[in-house]
Amino acid sequence: MGELKQVTLEPSESGFATTKLDSLLNWARKWSLFKYPFVTACCGMEFMALTSPRFDGTARFGAEAPRFSPRQSDLLWVVGTISQRQAPVLKRIYEQMMEPKWVLGFGTCASSGGFYDNYTTVAGIDKIIPCDVYVPGCPPRPEAVIDGLMLLQDKIATGDRTPRIVKPRFDPAQGHQEQLVQLRTKGFIDGGAK
Amino acid sequence: MSKAVLQKLQATFGAAVLETHSQFGDDTAVVEPSRWLEIATFLRDDPACAFEMMSDLCGVDRFDVTPRFEVVIHLNSLSKGHRIRLKTRVGDEDGEGAQVASLVGLWKTANWLEREVFDMFGITFQTHPDLRRILMYPEFVGYPLRKDYPAEKTQPLVAYRTEEEAGVPLDKQAPFGPHEGMSFARNDFTKRAEDAN
Repeated sequence: MGELKQVTLEPSESGFATTKLDSLLNWARKWSLFKYPFVTACCGMEFMALTSPRFDGTARFGAEAPRFSPRQSDLLWVVGTISQRQAPVLKRIYEQMMEPKWVLGFGTCASSGGFYDNYTTVAGIDKIIPCDVYVPGCPPRPEAVIDGLMLLQDKIATGDRTPRIVKPRFDPAQGHQEQLVQLRTKGFIDGGAK
Repeated sequence: MSKAVLQKLQATFGAAVLETHSQFGDDTAVVEPSRWLEIATFLRDDPACAFEMMSDLCGVDRFDVTPRFEVVIHLNSLSKGHRIRLKTRVGDEDGEGAQVASLVGLWKTANWLEREVFDMFGITFQTHPDLRRILMYPEFVGYPLRKDYPAEKTQPLVAYRTEEEAGVPLDKQAPFGPHEGMSFARNDFTKRAEDAN
């Protein structure tokens, strides 16, 4: 299953296109995600940056409209740390959402508990509810979240429900220097042999 | 800054003031728990002290020392412009008998602060109007900031999913790793030092 093909007909022509109903439905779903923002912590600031005009990270993907009732939304954004005390609330919200529904873990805390490694915090929302896409970062860059949203769209299009993690665009700890050297040798940035 | 207050405390209460020290402009008095309320009342009401404001109230678990717990209050005088730290020590090595009078009658802010100390350390504030947990949930067993509370012990309100329920492996992939984030608090520093050598 892939993208719907765009077919342009000249005024003199006539014709029709065929597709599978599933593909059509998934195409419609992936471009009209209604979000339920479950924002609990500092990642919320980055979430605001993401949705505001500079990055425009949700409207471009048809995922702008928030619904503050779980019954009307199909994408649960878990943005921030989930404490043990909040866990029942999160689970109830998830259970109230209509199928089909997806979950995006925004940031390291939602994905794994982060450094809150103690009595207070749930070590990742997948301990309680299924999670489709994990976006690592503390907080993640808006670009990383956009990567996550596009990853989710791919998953919806293909009907894949296995959890996926957004890969860093580059890992600063590994290969950063190599990349810099490569960029310099190719002449994209200053400071090296051209 | 308020050495005069310390001297006044010692003159008024004598042996009930167990020790005092002044360091970096902060004056501290450690007092008998049985006279906690009386001394605090004096500090608030005496015109030369006039501590109208309680900045903070917290607990300390000293673990291998008896009395085990310390209750610390920081008092501020807005009219005199001085401040003082007042401590008292309660509880045996198992944390039993950790009881001290409540200061809610003197400073209203003590209400939630004492509830927090009760929540985290299990120190009981007698005559507190509403002494119950404030941060943790009522189902929580034990006191999380006591040094003998296990660092990795959680008490989930919702049962965690199992791999059978989930249908997918719940092991974390990179970059999260098997330790669920950054568990630097549980590093074996002795082993790390040996590995480094």
